[in-house]
Amino acid sequence: MFIANGKISFTFADLLKMQRVGSGKHGSILDKSLSRGKTEVNFSSFALLFAEMIRYANNRSNTVSDLQDKLLGYGKFVGSRLLDVIVLREKGYRREVKLLNMLMFVKGTIWKNLFNKEADKLERSNDDPCQYLLIEKEPIVNTYISVPKDKGNLNCASFIAGIIEAVLEASNFSCKVSAHWHDGTTYIIQFDRHVIARENALLELTR
Amino acid sequence: MSKQTKFPMGIDSKKISGELFALTYGALVAELLRDLENPLAVNRQLDKMGYNIGLRLADDLLAKNSQIQRCTDMHQVADVLAKIAVRSYLGVTAQVSNWNSRNDEFSLVLDANPLAEFVEVPPELAQDLRYSQILCGAIRGALEMMHMEVQTFIVQEHSQSVEIRVKFIRILQESVPPGDD
Repeated sequence: MFIANGKISFTFADLLKMQRVGSGKHGSILDKSLSRGKTEVNFSSFALLFAEMIRYANNRSNTVSDLQDKLLGYGKFVGSRLLDVIVLREKGYRREVKLLNMLMFVKGTIWKNLFNKEADKLERSNDDPCQYLLIEKEPIVNTYISVPKDKGNLNCASFIAGIIEAVLEASNFSCKVSAHWHDGTTYIIQFDRHVIARENALLELTR
Repeated sequence: MSKQTKFPMGIDSKKISGELFALTYGALVAELLRDLENPLAVNRQLDKMGYNIGLRLADDLLAKNSQIQRCTDMHQVADVLAKIAVRSYLGVTAQVSNWNSRNDEFSLVLDANPLAEFVEVPPELAQDLRYSQILCGAIRGALEMMHMEVQTFIVQEHSQSVEIRVKFIRILQESVPPGDD
């Protein structure tokens, strides 16, 4: 990812760990201004593309958890690239440093940008201070996916879990996110202990 | 959904962010490049996926656009592709141009490439990789559902536009599946 004069771009080059060399005839992608992100695509196109991706990933994985990991990986790819764009557009490149604000940013702003609506609920787990739950009744990616019986616990919302994980990780809240069937779909966000410790120390300071 | 769309309201008029779409596609292409390592193999796989998508999109398109009549020549097919299909599924407009003298081959030029936002293909891949190849597969698959065999390939593509060449091959006859007499 490159940032130049406040312009951001993503390339496969950084993904493939390749040196970027001189750009093509059309000038570099970095020389273009960032679009306002108002483009919208028909949901059918996305649903079918997503279904093909799952089919492909399914053919290349042996177990359900393999497949979930693959979907999580796709999501992380998307999330890590979206974060900067959304932060730049919506918040003038001010990042959240407080945990709760960050989670609200994910639940609200990120979701609105992706799915045109907010996620349904954000809860803190009662028995584990490091655990937060983000609940979505009907994740858009599960709309047309029917899970075969032998893959009972597969949840394609792992893709979205990957997006959340990448966004939080890149904002310096290291965590693991997983998608579960509970109350629709629940994303369990398990923060590393030091994140919560840091948060508590912050609260102490401001008291 | 603030805009008025021409679709009947319902689940089908749902829209998602174009950036999510583009990046999801990017995740797929990146994965394929990692898995298959050869850009030509990636093109083939994308084409296959597009074909599968096209087979289903054809039904979806006809179900939602009752105004589409049976096409009797390639000009009408090109019109439906450019004016209805591309507009409703990719959210961009397309122009039809460069008909050949026999009227069975044309170019479909998309005014923007919704797949290629944020994308810069590294120069060492640019020669071989057809980033938007999935579109070719989708057009081929959808027209096959309408009993038309076509060849499609990408003439040129960058983030501002894509030019897809569509060539009519033959009409596919209704055939009884073997063993079903």
